[in-house]
Amino acid sequence: MELLNKSLRELHRLIKKKEVKPSEVLRELLNRIDETEDKLNAYITVSREKAEKKAKLADEELVKLSEDEVPELFGIPLSIKDNINVENVRMTCGSKILKDFVSPYDATVIKRLRGKGAIFVGKNNLDEFAMGSSTETSFFGPTRNPWDLERVPGGSSGGSAASVSARSAIASLGSDTGGSIRQPASFCGVVGLKPTYGRVSRYGLTAFASSLDQIGPITKSVEDAAYLLNVIAGQDSKDATSAKVPVPNFLEALNGEVKGLKAGLPREYFVEGVEPEVKEAVLNAVKELEKLGVEVVEVSLPNTKYAVETYYIIAPAEASSNLGRFDGVRYTYRAKDYKDLIDMYKKTRAEGFGDEVKRRIMIGTYTLSAGYYDAYYLKAQKVRTLIYQGFQSVFKEVDFLITPVSPETAFKIGEKSSDPIKMYLSDIFTIAVNLAGLPAISVPCGFDSKGLPIGLQVIGKAFDEETVLKVADAVEKSLSLSLIPSV
Amino acid sequence: MEFEAVIGLEVHAQLLTKTKIFCSCKNEFGAPPNTNVCPVCLGMPGSLPVLNKKAVEYAVKAALALNCKINTYSLFARKHYFYPDLPKAYQITQYELPFAENGWVEIEKSDGTRKRIRIRRIHMEEDAGKTIHGEGLDPNSYVDLNRAGTPLIEIVSEPDISTPEEARLYMQKLRDILVWIGVNDGNLEEGSLRCDANVSIRPKGSKELGTRTEIKNVNSFRFIQKALEYEIKRQIEVVKGGGKVVQETRLFDSGKGITKTMRTKEEAEDYRYFPEPDLPPLIIDKEWLDSIKETLPELPDQVKERFVSDFSLTPYDASILVRDRDLAEFFEKAASSYEGEAKKVANLIISDLLGALNEEKLTISSSPVKPEQVSKLLTLVDKGVISLRVAKEEVIPEMVKSGKEPEAIVKEKGLVQISDEEALKEVIRKVLSQNEKAVKQYKEGNEKQKQKAVKYLIGQVMKETRGKANPKLLNELIPKVLEEV
Repeated sequence: MELLNKSLRELHRLIKKKEVKPSEVLRELLNRIDETEDKLNAYITVSREKAEKKAKLADEELVKLSEDEVPELFGIPLSIKDNINVENVRMTCGSKILKDFVSPYDATVIKRLRGKGAIFVGKNNLDEFAMGSSTETSFFGPTRNPWDLERVPGGSSGGSAASVSARSAIASLGSDTGGSIRQPASFCGVVGLKPTYGRVSRYGLTAFASSLDQIGPITKSVEDAAYLLNVIAGQDSKDATSAKVPVPNFLEALNGEVKGLKAGLPREYFVEGVEPEVKEAVLNAVKELEKLGVEVVEVSLPNTKYAVETYYIIAPAEASSNLGRFDGVRYTYRAKDYKDLIDMYKKTRAEGFGDEVKRRIMIGTYTLSAGYYDAYYLKAQKVRTLIYQGFQSVFKEVDFLITPVSPETAFKIGEKSSDPIKMYLSDIFTIAVNLAGLPAISVPCGFDSKGLPIGLQVIGKAFDEETVLKVADAVEKSLSLSLIPSV
Repeated sequence: MEFEAVIGLEVHAQLLTKTKIFCSCKNEFGAPPNTNVCPVCLGMPGSLPVLNKKAVEYAVKAALALNCKINTYSLFARKHYFYPDLPKAYQITQYELPFAENGWVEIEKSDGTRKRIRIRRIHMEEDAGKTIHGEGLDPNSYVDLNRAGTPLIEIVSEPDISTPEEARLYMQKLRDILVWIGVNDGNLEEGSLRCDANVSIRPKGSKELGTRTEIKNVNSFRFIQKALEYEIKRQIEVVKGGGKVVQETRLFDSGKGITKTMRTKEEAEDYRYFPEPDLPPLIIDKEWLDSIKETLPELPDQVKERFVSDFSLTPYDASILVRDRDLAEFFEKAASSYEGEAKKVANLIISDLLGALNEEKLTISSSPVKPEQVSKLLTLVDKGVISLRVAKEEVIPEMVKSGKEPEAIVKEKGLVQISDEEALKEVIRKVLSQNEKAVKQYKEGNEKQKQKAVKYLIGQVMKETRGKANPKLLNELIPKVLEEV
């Protein structure tokens, strides 16, 4: 398992020096997957043969390459959340309705990673269509938290976070619509970065809420997150919402130079309802930053209190639209017996979607209906603008914000699955970031008394992932936590 | 009580771009089913639309030609409904903020009066695919998504149209303009241009609007008129019978010539429009707009006016020539290279060349006859080398067939006009000897009868010479010879 603990940069060094073969890395990884999957269920699909073939080819090619010809992800096996298209690999989105869907194309992020030599080893479990905060709504069963198998890994990118944490993945890509990268990263004691909306192409990411979705890395370290972001970031002609903004070398931001930076602690994120241990761990990390010369001030984001409500109007509205295409006509599951077209639609979707997805489709369909649109969707968009403006004005004073990722640590499987509202509140500190389109990272900052990891969130200005990564890196290094679960 | 109709049309026009509106698949008619498709137009999970700039340019060009105001800022929206040929279960269209508004076109009615029909808005959208239902014992339905993602503009008129004839003329006018500026191929049978009509009736002179019905898919000029004629009659009968017109969508059955209820207002779908989050707002700034304006050709009405004023054509001839941009250009080139009256050029093209081309299944665009050759041909007539009749009946058909120069044809076929007096006199004498009745009529008749006889004899001489006799000379020589005998 030694290789699986290595950073991407170190693995790359070993491979390009020809000290390690891609097939050796893959073998270790597959062994680890075999060892842990019974307990974790972090993968929906493991592309064993495909990956082995690719690794063998990489072995052969490596011989012909000089050291500096080896691309930075050459022969490194990565895992991908199962709502991102990888050509000729099944993509289920954790749903029965896509259980047999084999993707005909590569997402842009996959193309970019492939271009740097990455190998794709498997597809990670998730809440159905990324709708959830616990990875319990997957048609393929829940993923378990490697720190405590009775608990959820968070969600929706729970499979990604659990596997990276348990070292049954070297690094993974997740997607974040309301916290789906950061909250599971926090629950599993790994790093999860949600880039600025528009920083990474969404082409090939199955849309949940198009105006909120963003792909990002889930990794063992901040450095690995920067390493992957370097490859996947940048404008894409296939995504009209991807931004024409220069992409810096994010690794260079990890220089420890935080002295003189100004941090804001938004009052509204440290209120009652946050577990004391969580608050304590976050504030402890803030102290470490202060020691490094960061100036800390209290700020206020008063509209934060509307974030969850706003989100649960906008996200389901867009979801109800985006999920219409899963209709039984072309590539999805189709109900067996039906009497006409409408009946086919109804039965296919009734049988194909799980409860949480249906709940959101119904909410979204309702809020977009004639007569309700102005009162809900339009109003929510206005509040969204206010939330965005709130961040804008705070960022005139400070360089970044620090908050807890989640008010609590990983909860028990089944604990909230019957109470959607309780589940929705699990994302209370991550949602506003998506509404404002900002970059944010979850980095481990301690453990609670149950031994469960706690995550700290750094929120940055739009397209300032550099500061976010720099600060997270400083937190990580100053705390130097031991973050390998004993699963 | 007398009734009048109030009609508004929604016309969908496909844009002739090389690729589709949101992906790079080919935009063409008639390819094998589901071959011009990709993850985007198939609505695969994760695919995203990217707006085709050319489609915007064509749409703006159309809107400018229809005198619309172009909005700098417009938005795309999603229109939701479930149907197998709509892969995403929503159509990307424009709803609250279309890219063009407040235009108009002018139609000319059969009595010569003109009427301006206002255009409320034009928006851009994507076409759906096609559902084909199995025939006979085949219980299956088939979906072809080649058409899915074809760029469309929807042109919505104000309810300014009062008669089925006006509706037809309006639609024809739109077609003429869109084809003229090169953004649409005008092919109604292939669905390049499709029309939905909204119609209501009210007591003549009333200002209030009646309840309207919408007639879907009236896809030929004839059907527009027929469907509206039927529907207006139906509504009047309903009202006269003491009933009320129900707001509903009706379908035109072209076989029976009637409209039938498709769905009522209660069954109307809620399309749940909302702004398309995958596409940023469409910004058409001044610079872009100006560059599109530069590509806009002179429009048919302007060309027509110019033909009347510069070339002294009758409005009727001019309107025929501007029905097709290639035809207008052909005429203009021919007329400009000809020294005589342009009217002669117009006549020759309209009454002879177009017919001859048609015989050979050719059009003016594929004509082997060049405009300069038409002017050369007329010059030969003016110089007396050949008669106009020979030009029309002998030379033009041969020019169309072979593409040869008129001089060459005249020479090869020996069509040079006979202007030799002695030779003509010889023929006249021969004809007179075979037409004693006419000679007698001339000798004994009054002035009018004399003229009639001469005219008849000219025709006979022409026949004898296969049209080659110089008609002017014949006019002089026939009376002379008649006096001799």
